[in-house]
Amino acid sequence: MKKLINAPDDVVAEALAGMALAHADLIRVQPDPLVIVRADAPIANKVGIISGGGSGHEPMHGGFVGRGMLDAACPGHIFTSPVPDQMLAATRAVDAGRGVLQIVKNYTGDVMNFEMAAELAAAEGIEVATVITNDDVAVENSTWTAGRRGVGLTVLLEKIVGAAAEAGADLATLTALAQRVNAEGRSMGMALTSCTVPNVGRPGFDLPEGEIELGIGIHGEPGRYRVALAPAAEIAAMLVAPILEDLPFQRGDQVLAFVNGMGGTPLIELYLMYRELHKLLAARGIHIRRQLIGNYITSLDMAGCSFTLLRLDDHLTQLWDAPVLTPALRWGH
Amino acid sequence: MHITADRIIAFVERVATSIKAERDYLTQLDAAIGDADHGLNLDRGFSVVLTKLPTVADKDIGTILKAVGTTLVSTVGGASGPLYGTAFLRAGMVIGDRQTIGAINLIGAFEAALEGIQSRGKSGRGEKTMIDAIAPGIEAFKAAHFRGIDLLEALEEGLVACEAGMQATIPMLATKGRASYLGERSIGHQDPGATSAYLMAKALVETVRM
Repeated sequence: MKKLINAPDDVVAEALAGMALAHADLIRVQPDPLVIVRADAPIANKVGIISGGGSGHEPMHGGFVGRGMLDAACPGHIFTSPVPDQMLAATRAVDAGRGVLQIVKNYTGDVMNFEMAAELAAAEGIEVATVITNDDVAVENSTWTAGRRGVGLTVLLEKIVGAAAEAGADLATLTALAQRVNAEGRSMGMALTSCTVPNVGRPGFDLPEGEIELGIGIHGEPGRYRVALAPAAEIAAMLVAPILEDLPFQRGDQVLAFVNGMGGTPLIELYLMYRELHKLLAARGIHIRRQLIGNYITSLDMAGCSFTLLRLDDHLTQLWDAPVLTPALRWGH
Repeated sequence: MHITADRIIAFVERVATSIKAERDYLTQLDAAIGDADHGLNLDRGFSVVLTKLPTVADKDIGTILKAVGTTLVSTVGGASGPLYGTAFLRAGMVIGDRQTIGAINLIGAFEAALEGIQSRGKSGRGEKTMIDAIAPGIEAFKAAHFRGIDLLEALEEGLVACEAGMQATIPMLATKGRASYLGERSIGHQDPGATSAYLMAKALVETVRM
């Protein structure tokens, strides 16, 4: 294992300390229990938006704390969900009396820990609603699994719901909006390499030269299918086909197209993949109205990418365009 | 035969030792079908539990088990934190302020713990989880007890069933937890959660046997 670290056990805490130093104007990092909170929280008359999950997906979620997106994020150990104490502390820190919305990616551990936190917060009289993202089309049969995983769409949802919260929407409206975004978006990912958790010291799975893993999640877990490495155009087609079929997206749809890097793939390849995605969608008569390209929901040093498509209408487009000021996403300011 | 509060403390210490010793094995099992952190997470949690035990050393059994449960919930994360945390909390609630417990109290505590795991995890038997080791273990222990067998022997019978349940997860298709995302590829691997549950049951039997 070759990594820029001091000690495996200190990676999360030291990285967060660095983030706090770099972005003191936007966020503060509360220790024990560890929470990243918007510097000016709680915001009067605003519903608090919190999220969280295992670390190793940077910039998600801590990098999305700030004006127009999240009020707080709870970072767990690498690829391990945070504990209820963290979500309870985050909820207390951001609650301004209008309630708190938890955005949770659909993983067994995350769902259970957020659920326990919501019970504790409710016992303190704080109104908490939860929306679970599950946009990963690689998981085909939800009856026989823990359900589809929350992946790339989570980033888009946090931005859109954060914008609506900033504009003053109430908890019920935000919950419905989050559910709608979740219903209108789908994702699919692939890996060229596995990734190495610092505490483990070796790759999470073995991927021979010349093979790629399709339908991966974001935790270095193996995917659904293993196929031979192919040109980018073919890989793009393999990613986009199940997304389009699933919703289904149709000719004339307007979408937000998100090409996400898994952490170890250079931007030059992501833009190349965006071109392929653009061609594939154009051929199907689907119009890209907005786009996002970069490393936003990563899996440590994994090489690979994911595609997320979100069907847009004018309302969602306006919320996407609204100003945002966070360490990792910022425009309109 | 009865189990005293100081035996419960010894049991928890033995679990912590066993989890630490088997940390890499549990993590290896998890690497095959999960995300390679089960041993790490449980070891982190039980290491903190060890530091908390002195504060409850002279307390009743319910208080000890509840302290273990809240510590696990606060330190483990993942799915195993809420699941084992809930299990110890529920067992502690059922046992309450007793200083000694017998087989009937243990049955009540085990059943409450299992019910807690099932409701928190929204899961049942045959889904390749810790439940597949725990549920048959409890059934065998209970059956042995009602045949009039003494506590230690009944626990030994429970442990045999628990181990068989753990091994029975190998050919199972996972339908809960992260392993379920592998579909057919989850078949052929022993479930890490069932394995850690077996280690805990083994620690209990060894403590009572001493």
